[in-house]
Amino acid sequence: MSRILVIAEHAAGKLNPSTAKVVACARAIGGEVEVAVLAADGAAVAAQCATLEGVSRVLQVDHPANEHPLAAVLAPQVAALAAGAGHVLGPSTTFGRDLMPRVAALVKAPQLSEVMAVESPRRFRRPVYAGNAVVTVEVAEGRQVVCTVRTASFEAVGSAAASAPVDQRSVEFSPPAHTRFVSVSAAASDRPDLQTAARVVSGGRALGSAEKFQLIYSLADKLGAAVGASRAAVDAGYAPNELQVGQTGKIISPTLYVAVGISGAIQHVTGMKDSGVIVAINKDAEAPIFEIADYGLVGDLFALLPEIETLLAS
Amino acid sequence: MQKIMVCVKRVIDYNVRVRVKPDGSGVVTEGVKMSINPFDEIALEEALRLREQGAATEVIAISLGPDDTQQQLRTALAMGADRAILVRHDAQADPATAAAAFMALVSKEGAELVLLGKQAIDDDACQTGQRLAALWDRPQASAASKIEVVGQSLRVTREVDAGLEVNEIDLPGVVTVDLRLNEPRYVKLPDIMKAKKKPLEVTDLAALGVEMDEPVTVLKWEPPPQRTKGIMVKDAAELVSALKQKGLV
Repeated sequence: MSRILVIAEHAAGKLNPSTAKVVACARAIGGEVEVAVLAADGAAVAAQCATLEGVSRVLQVDHPANEHPLAAVLAPQVAALAAGAGHVLGPSTTFGRDLMPRVAALVKAPQLSEVMAVESPRRFRRPVYAGNAVVTVEVAEGRQVVCTVRTASFEAVGSAAASAPVDQRSVEFSPPAHTRFVSVSAAASDRPDLQTAARVVSGGRALGSAEKFQLIYSLADKLGAAVGASRAAVDAGYAPNELQVGQTGKIISPTLYVAVGISGAIQHVTGMKDSGVIVAINKDAEAPIFEIADYGLVGDLFALLPEIETLLAS
Repeated sequence: MQKIMVCVKRVIDYNVRVRVKPDGSGVVTEGVKMSINPFDEIALEEALRLREQGAATEVIAISLGPDDTQQQLRTALAMGADRAILVRHDAQADPATAAAAFMALVSKEGAELVLLGKQAIDDDACQTGQRLAALWDRPQASAASKIEVVGQSLRVTREVDAGLEVNEIDLPGVVTVDLRLNEPRYVKLPDIMKAKKKPLEVTDLAALGVEMDEPVTVLKWEPPPQRTKGIMVKDAAELVSALKQKGLV
C-alpha cells in the first residue's frame, strides 16, 4: 500500500487543528498515513498526532533548528522523509503554503494547491480564480504528488481507539544559517480561533474605525464566536491582518458566519462561502453579500448590533 | 545590492468577473482586460522604492508567458523598471516551469534579490517564489508586509496565520509579497512614452536550457457550486428568532 506523508503543523507544543483535516484528506486518498512532526522537542505533539484516527505511524524528528517553522530549514528534512511516499500533504495555511512548494521543488514533484476534493489517488479538484472556477486535475501515473489541503473542505478525523506508534527519526542535514527567526506577534486572545470556530462574526469597511470595530468583538463575545474581517477593514487598520477572511486571508467554514457591513466582493466570499449558515447585515440592499446569505437584514449596523445583542440575552 | 529581479505575471484583471466557458475548456478570456498580477505589481513597487533609496541599482522585470505579455512588461517599464525580459511560452505556465525559467534568468543575470507576488490571482497556486528559492538553494520569505535592508541581509515582516512573523534572510534570496506591503504608483503618460524606448528582450525556454516537466493535466473546468439566495428578514427580532429556532445561537 502506498505511503502518504502528512506534515503536522504545531506551535508551542500544541498540534494545530488543521492537521486532523489534512489526515482526513489523506484517508480519502487511501494508503498508509504517516504524520511527520518536525520540532525542537516534538514528543507532546507526536503524542497528539498518534491519537488521530487513521494514522499508521508518527515520525518524530527532533532537531534544535526546528524550534521555529522556517521553510528553508524544514524542507530538506521533509524531502528526506518523503522518499518512497506517493503523496506528501500539508495544510493550506500560511505554514503549509510557505513550506510545501519548497518541498515540491526539492523532490521534483508537481504540487496541487488548495485541494478541496479527492476523486482518486491521482485525480483531485481545486479552486482557481478566487473560487470563481473549480478545476479537476490529474497527475501522471508514477509521479509523487505534493498537496496543500484546503482545510475548510475536510471534516477533521476523530480520535483513534488505540494510539499509533511514534518512531524517532533523525534526518541528516545541515541547517542553513541564511534564514533566521526573529519574532512572531501572536496576539494573546481568549476568543475562539478563527480557523476552527463554529461561529464567526466578521466586520467590514462600514464599521468605520477601529473603535467602532469593537462592536464586532462585543457581538462575537455574546455568541462565543471568533472575529473575522474583510480585507477592506484590515487595510483600513480596523482589525489586525490575522483576522482577514478571503482569497488572500483565511478560508473558513464555520457553522454560522455573520457578515456585518461587508459588501461581499468575490475575494471575501471565497473565504467563507462553505459556511453552514450565512447571515448578512448591510445597509445597502443591493450588496452582493445578500446573494449568498441564508438570512439577510438591511439596516444600520450601529442600531442593529446592540439590538441583536439585547435580543440574544433575552 | 546591484540587481533586483521582479517576476510579473499576465493575468485577467482583478476587477473582471471571471466566467467558466460553457464547454468547460477554460475561462472566458476573449475581450477580457488583462493586467499585471496585483501582487506582482506590489513587488515591482517595492523594488523601485529600494532602488530609489539607493539600496539597489537596477530593477529587471521578468515574465513567462505568451507574446502579449509584452504589454504587461511595458507597463512595468512605465512604472520604472530599467529593462525587461520575456520568456515566451504559449501555454498556461506551470509554477514548476516558471520557477525553472526564472532560475535560469537569475543565474544568467546574477540577481541578488527576486521579488514577486505571494500568489497569482489566476491559478492561486502560491508556489513560484518558494520553488525558485529551493532551486537556487537560497532563503525565502513569503507573504511580506514589510522589508528592511540591514547590510547584506533583509529583515522581513511576514503575514502569517498567527499574526506577524519577522525573519532575517541573507542575500541573495527570494521574497514574495503580500497586499499591505505598499500601494503601487500610478503610471504617468510621459513614462509610458519613455517605456517604449526601454530594452525588452524576448527569449524562450529552449534558449535558456529549461526542460518542461508538467505531469498535471486539467481535465475539466466548472463554475463553483452556487449557494442559493436565502430569505430577507425585516428586523433584528426576526433574525434572532430564526437563528434561535435553528439552534444556531
